[in-house]
Amino acid sequence: MPDYFKLSRGLTIRMKGAPENKEIKIALPTEFAIYPDEFKGLTPKSMLKPGDLVKAGTPVFYSKDHPEIKFASPVSGILKDVVRGERRKIEAFIFESDGRYESEVFEKKTIETLTREDILAKLTETCAWPFIRQRPYNIIAQPESTPRDIFISGFDSAPLAPDIELLIQESASYLQAGISVISKLTTGKIFIGLPQAKKGLSLFEKLNGVTVKYFSGPHPAGTLGVQIHHIAPLNKGEIVWTLQPEDVIFIGKLFAEGKYDVSKKIALAGSEFKNTGFVNTVTGASVVPFLENNISANDVRVISGHVLTGRSVGLKGHLGQYDRMVTVIPEGNHYEFLGWALPGFNKFSHTRTFFSWMFPGKKYRLHTNLNGGERALVMTGEYEKVVPMDILPQHLLKAIMIQDIELMEKLGIYEVTEEELALCDFVCTSKTEVQQIVGKGIELMIKEMS
Amino acid sequence: MKALRRYLDKIKPNFEKGGRFQKLQSTFDAFETFLFVPNKVTKHGAHIRDSIDLKRTMSFVIMALVPALLFGIWNTGYQHFLSQGTDASFWETIWFGIVKVLPIVIVAYVTGLGVEFIFAQVRHHEVNEGFLVSGMLIPLVMPPDVPLWMVAVSTIFAVIIGKEVFGGTGMNILNPALLARAFLFFAYPAEMSGDKVWIAEKADAFSGATPLAEAAAGHMDKVPDAWSMFIGTIPGSIGETSTLAILLGGIFLIATGIGSWRIMLSVFTGGLAMGFLLNATAVTPYMEIPPYYHLIMGGFAFGAVFMATDPVTAAQTSMGKYIYGFLIGIFAVIIRVFNPAYPEGMMLSILLMNVFAPLIDHYVVQANIRRRLNRIKIKKA
Repeated sequence: MPDYFKLSRGLTIRMKGAPENKEIKIALPTEFAIYPDEFKGLTPKSMLKPGDLVKAGTPVFYSKDHPEIKFASPVSGILKDVVRGERRKIEAFIFESDGRYESEVFEKKTIETLTREDILAKLTETCAWPFIRQRPYNIIAQPESTPRDIFISGFDSAPLAPDIELLIQESASYLQAGISVISKLTTGKIFIGLPQAKKGLSLFEKLNGVTVKYFSGPHPAGTLGVQIHHIAPLNKGEIVWTLQPEDVIFIGKLFAEGKYDVSKKIALAGSEFKNTGFVNTVTGASVVPFLENNISANDVRVISGHVLTGRSVGLKGHLGQYDRMVTVIPEGNHYEFLGWALPGFNKFSHTRTFFSWMFPGKKYRLHTNLNGGERALVMTGEYEKVVPMDILPQHLLKAIMIQDIELMEKLGIYEVTEEELALCDFVCTSKTEVQQIVGKGIELMIKEMS
Repeated sequence: MKALRRYLDKIKPNFEKGGRFQKLQSTFDAFETFLFVPNKVTKHGAHIRDSIDLKRTMSFVIMALVPALLFGIWNTGYQHFLSQGTDASFWETIWFGIVKVLPIVIVAYVTGLGVEFIFAQVRHHEVNEGFLVSGMLIPLVMPPDVPLWMVAVSTIFAVIIGKEVFGGTGMNILNPALLARAFLFFAYPAEMSGDKVWIAEKADAFSGATPLAEAAAGHMDKVPDAWSMFIGTIPGSIGETSTLAILLGGIFLIATGIGSWRIMLSVFTGGLAMGFLLNATAVTPYMEIPPYYHLIMGGFAFGAVFMATDPVTAAQTSMGKYIYGFLIGIFAVIIRVFNPAYPEGMMLSILLMNVFAPLIDHYVVQANIRRRLNRIKIKKA
């Protein structure tokens, strides 16, 4: 197995608003929230009533299908509200922080002496389990399964994404503890994907018990699906688990300090932020303080996560469970006279049909307009250019559309998630909603295979 | 432009559901989106989208066709005055060409778009941009002296039978523009063959046969020299004669990333390869012509650059594109040389491979599947 994978396909979307390498001091909000919909396929069952007191780490709800998988409050205070939608479906748990950030106290453990069963029990009991996800499907891992390997991506190649190492460097001491814990969960290896440019310079290289692999190339080189595909592809019936470096740190801290601490450093990015940079916050925090006096206009899209796969949260939303950035870009809800015919010095495209191709270093203030109408698929070969895997995206999509499970399986549905194919959404001339189709395909697979 | 936008916003409710002209919604939408890129924003998936859309893609193909069109206009005049034996100035030549060619273009667009609008309306679809290109391709593959009613009939046939019955743009199996040409060829053989139609208002005494016809008839001495075939000063369909003008368009398509270089390259390679093979086994004079002659004669170049590359009817996988193009090149030359009934092999060859494109893709897809399955086998072994 090679140590270095050179990927050429993909696309670097040149956007304005990359986060500056500086710390912004922003006070923590009082409102925090968890949206169960962030966890694909989860039906939440509430364990508390509005008004109940919580600490960070107090279980708040559990999964109906897997009652052992519980989810905790990120802060101490009260459970202010359980927002329900149609048919009483739980849409959000809203917490009001008391500003003390007290945690439930868990027993500190010496990792070396623990068995796999001890660790599984401890992770589920402390509500840490949801931070471990599995492929295929990118859903919360099932505790009863045994992963072939565990994969961690040590870099984020998405547009405007921050350097993960800058985000975690202060708490990096817990990384090794986290790795030691999760290494007991698999009989296979723990792989970490790193950018080739960081070879010899990365803090991940100093960790014991991991196998480091290097990648170069544009986005989606940093996504787990692409890395797994090249390091050790996922075959039918196999399961691997995945974590983000932030989650490894969280688990390390949980075992070393006995604390449930989901505080983390995230990036504020995007052309509409007056000040971009890094900010210390807590998972589920309201985005209001980030935006206060810090955005250029109110007609913006606030995204928890990055522009390709993030969730639009609005001006009053909350930071997602797995997200490491908040991106703000302008809305594109305006008409453009003969927009399709203009020379386009200011329009970014993966083709050379706009004069912007003559300025390869230029960065753009991209907005949310579809830039055209939805059409039947006409162009071919576009998706292949941005998917650096041995996968035929267009044929896989068609298999999903006709709900042919067997064909989806054969064409590699297990190896992809929305994340790996997100750029197809971007480049599609016919404005096909590729991620939505893939999402439906995965939902169908989960339903049919369980 | 604000005034125009305000006006559109004012009349728009009339065309929406419940409005007075709701039956014309697709038509209104087509004109509105032509004037203004809609204000629709992303709801699912990626929040940002590439600036490219189908309108721009199609208009770039049309731009790529402009050199062939301009040369075709000039050549129509040039061939006419040449056959008459009269000297004409450059502008007289152009003017004659415009008078001949422009009506064909207009008839193709009006009838084709008419059918498209009616179908979009009946199906409550948006009007697709696909025909903007077909509407320009059809005139360019017509002989300059074609009667206008034939253009109209073949265009209607191509749009309805070639495209709409399959579900419209993106769903068709055969290239609509080629289908229009094939329809004429088979429905009106008397008018579409011989040496009369290739030069507008030709003087009777002048030969006027295309190089392909001369070659098929075995008159190798009458095949024009390579240079004039490359430049395009020969009789033929309006847009097909000048390999140079077509190459300019091809370079433009490849440079902008819209046309498939894989297909263009492999069609030319296929044609050349077959040409060499025929040379090696030559028993007739036609088999002996230099292989590169095939690339500059007749509609080979036009077909390779503009017809074979139609993404909807071509193979969709990268590997499939190479195979598809290569076979088009090979079959075009085979049909030309061995079948005297069809002097132009390119049209039939592309239509044939249009039909086989899904099969080619099928095998490429199967190969991908097999690689995935082999991975498991290797692991188990």
